[in-house]
Amino acid sequence: MSEPKVIYSNPFIFTITSMGIMGGLIGLIFGVANGSGPIGLIFGALFMALISFLATFLSKNESLARYSICVFLTLVGFYFIGVIGLFLGLMLGLFSSWFLFWLHLGRYRAKLQPYLSPGQVLWHYTFRVICGIIFLFLITPILVVMPLSFNAQDFFTFTPEMLRFDPDGYSLKHYRDFFTNNEWQRSFKNSLLIAPVATIVSVSLGTLAAIGLSQSHVPFKRAITAVLISPMIVPLIISATGMFFFYSHVGNFLEDTVGLDKNFVGYVKVILAHSVLGIPFVIITVTATLVGFDNSLTRAAANMGADPVKTFFKIQMPLILPGVISGGLFAFITSFDEVVVVMFVGSTNQKTLPWQMFTGLREQISPTILAVATILVVISIALLVTLELLRRRSERLRGLSPG
Amino acid sequence: MNFTKTIMTTASAALISGAAFADGHMSMEMTIVSWGGAYSNSQLRAYHEPYSAKTGVTILNDDSSSTAVAQLRAMNEANNITWDVVDVEAAPAMQLCDEGLAMEIDPDTMLAAAPDGTPASEDFGDMLVSECFIPQIVYSTTFGYRTDLVGDTPPDNVCAVFDTKTYPGKRSLFSVPINQMEWALLCDGVAKSEIYDVLATEEGQDRALAKLDTIKDDVIWVSSGSDTPQLLADGEVIMGATYNGRLFSLIEEQKQPVAMIWDGQVMDLDGWIIPAGLSPERQARALDYIMFATDTQRLADQAKYISYGPARASSAPLVGKHADLGIDMAPHMPTAPENLSRAFLMNYDFWADYRDDLDAKFQAWLAK
Repeated sequence: MSEPKVIYSNPFIFTITSMGIMGGLIGLIFGVANGSGPIGLIFGALFMALISFLATFLSKNESLARYSICVFLTLVGFYFIGVIGLFLGLMLGLFSSWFLFWLHLGRYRAKLQPYLSPGQVLWHYTFRVICGIIFLFLITPILVVMPLSFNAQDFFTFTPEMLRFDPDGYSLKHYRDFFTNNEWQRSFKNSLLIAPVATIVSVSLGTLAAIGLSQSHVPFKRAITAVLISPMIVPLIISATGMFFFYSHVGNFLEDTVGLDKNFVGYVKVILAHSVLGIPFVIITVTATLVGFDNSLTRAAANMGADPVKTFFKIQMPLILPGVISGGLFAFITSFDEVVVVMFVGSTNQKTLPWQMFTGLREQISPTILAVATILVVISIALLVTLELLRRRSERLRGLSPG
Repeated sequence: MNFTKTIMTTASAALISGAAFADGHMSMEMTIVSWGGAYSNSQLRAYHEPYSAKTGVTILNDDSSSTAVAQLRAMNEANNITWDVVDVEAAPAMQLCDEGLAMEIDPDTMLAAAPDGTPASEDFGDMLVSECFIPQIVYSTTFGYRTDLVGDTPPDNVCAVFDTKTYPGKRSLFSVPINQMEWALLCDGVAKSEIYDVLATEEGQDRALAKLDTIKDDVIWVSSGSDTPQLLADGEVIMGATYNGRLFSLIEEQKQPVAMIWDGQVMDLDGWIIPAGLSPERQARALDYIMFATDTQRLADQAKYISYGPARASSAPLVGKHADLGIDMAPHMPTAPENLSRAFLMNYDFWADYRDDLDAKFQAWLAK
């Protein structure tokens, strides 16, 4: 630990009270997990206050005090919880020893303007804590699903074994169920088939529509745009009801008159319906990128003898690609997440993941849904990270950013 | 440009694979609609797997029974019926039959006779409540309670639900009038035989709701059979209503500290219907499946996986042990004599007539 900066020393009572409050909150969590909140609260507060008192009052050597706290808390964690307690204790030790001296030695003022009043300093940090809480509020529903998906029981419940970090409370059986259960596998395959194809259809049609609408000679532009993006505005259940009847007739025609296979027609129906939902996103994002598009470039290309198709692929497409890709991403997610329309338009053969999750949640609360949710979250994160890396790489290659 | 080529190749590959994927699953398949969860699983193991092995037909499961009536109406409207066999309760089956959405069944020619030659109409007996309904199981809706949260005197009477003094804490009930109103009147002192007469009157309905008013603040309203097991497992309710098979699974398979009350449980039937208007070949396949899946042995087999009583008289002696747990299943059946003694039989005809009115009234009361 590098030589720390001492701004000034706070009175012990301030440090010890603050640390006591922190200890109380942590104790409360452990107390609730083990059956009694108040005992945990009081015990945690006293425990942390005692540690801070010993560390600040008795010790003149900060490094020694901090190491001792870490080692002590690690051992306490190991004694009471086990191997995972070792890790938890270490984390708590690292944090609390840093926090203790941060408070005690007034280090929190180090990066702030010296003329700020105590109230302003407090607000400076309160503001950050509030932001952190809002962030937590947004992310917790997603995070809480992940440990639950490793539940050894068939309920959405944190069992006492799980809270004690007992390995017996955890299992991979819900993941196993997902990978071995026919219904889940079929719906996963369906999703992987329907979403990409629907994305390709909506990206192609949406991009063409956006380019057409950006031409100056197109009449009734606003009216046409409004109609094209209406699937995004009309409540989904209304679109779905309309689509159900429309595609039933289309399907009957394709099967009976054209003589196509029933299953194939089923997929075509769902893909078309999902494309309609995805097109507005593509139109909006591509239109937005086209606003900054310099039309003299296409004229220059034409001047040099390129036909419109070549101009489109060589000149226009590379420049509006970011809009096309993000529109495609939205279209993909729309189709991949969609449950209402597919339940109306599809038959059991076209059951997608969200459909399976929906019925699973209604008819049997099984943590397999959570396992699937976790897998999907991981896939989405991987997808977004890959896209972002690719985008940065291409920017670097094209020299658009100094990075 | 590379990007374009990639997109085009992916698109065509996806389309071709899509077509190939779709072509792989040709006509030898049927869609069977049921309730999902442990119940569908018992049907899968007792009926679907042996039937597929015997005939080579692929069976697709659709867990949509809870919305079957509305969906069948819409499918009929759009002339696009995608289901072959549908699992529904007795009352919706009567409704579908009245509306002409289900096919009429002649038990003696379309269903298998008992092994001793008794015709199906006699073997099923009173269970054949509608011309379209092919009975499968008898189930009951009853209460489970947390053995560790109800104090020293565990409840043995359905009216414990209304006794918030002895059993303080939350209880879960279904947010529908069926069952809840019968229980309210039963615990308000109406004799079992008179409940439906009382419930047919305006005063009787108000009386049932007034009784429910006394516990309204202590009730968590649920809408699906899986909610109460989850609430009991969490300890969020001390007792709650659900189907006896779900409670069996909660107690015996999940080993939760829960027990059930075999008193005043409402008995109901569940079975198959075949949608009207299928093409002749699909109808023939559906009938072939039904003939197989409702014979004496198959109905008894289902009881190996879930604690619902087979609807055939001839299946009862064949009920054996649970396939995975090795527990003797007969005492867990709603049809077992000791469980049956204090049961309450639902009047399907009453609900077929009064359901819409009472539903509206009950929902209005709930919203108050």
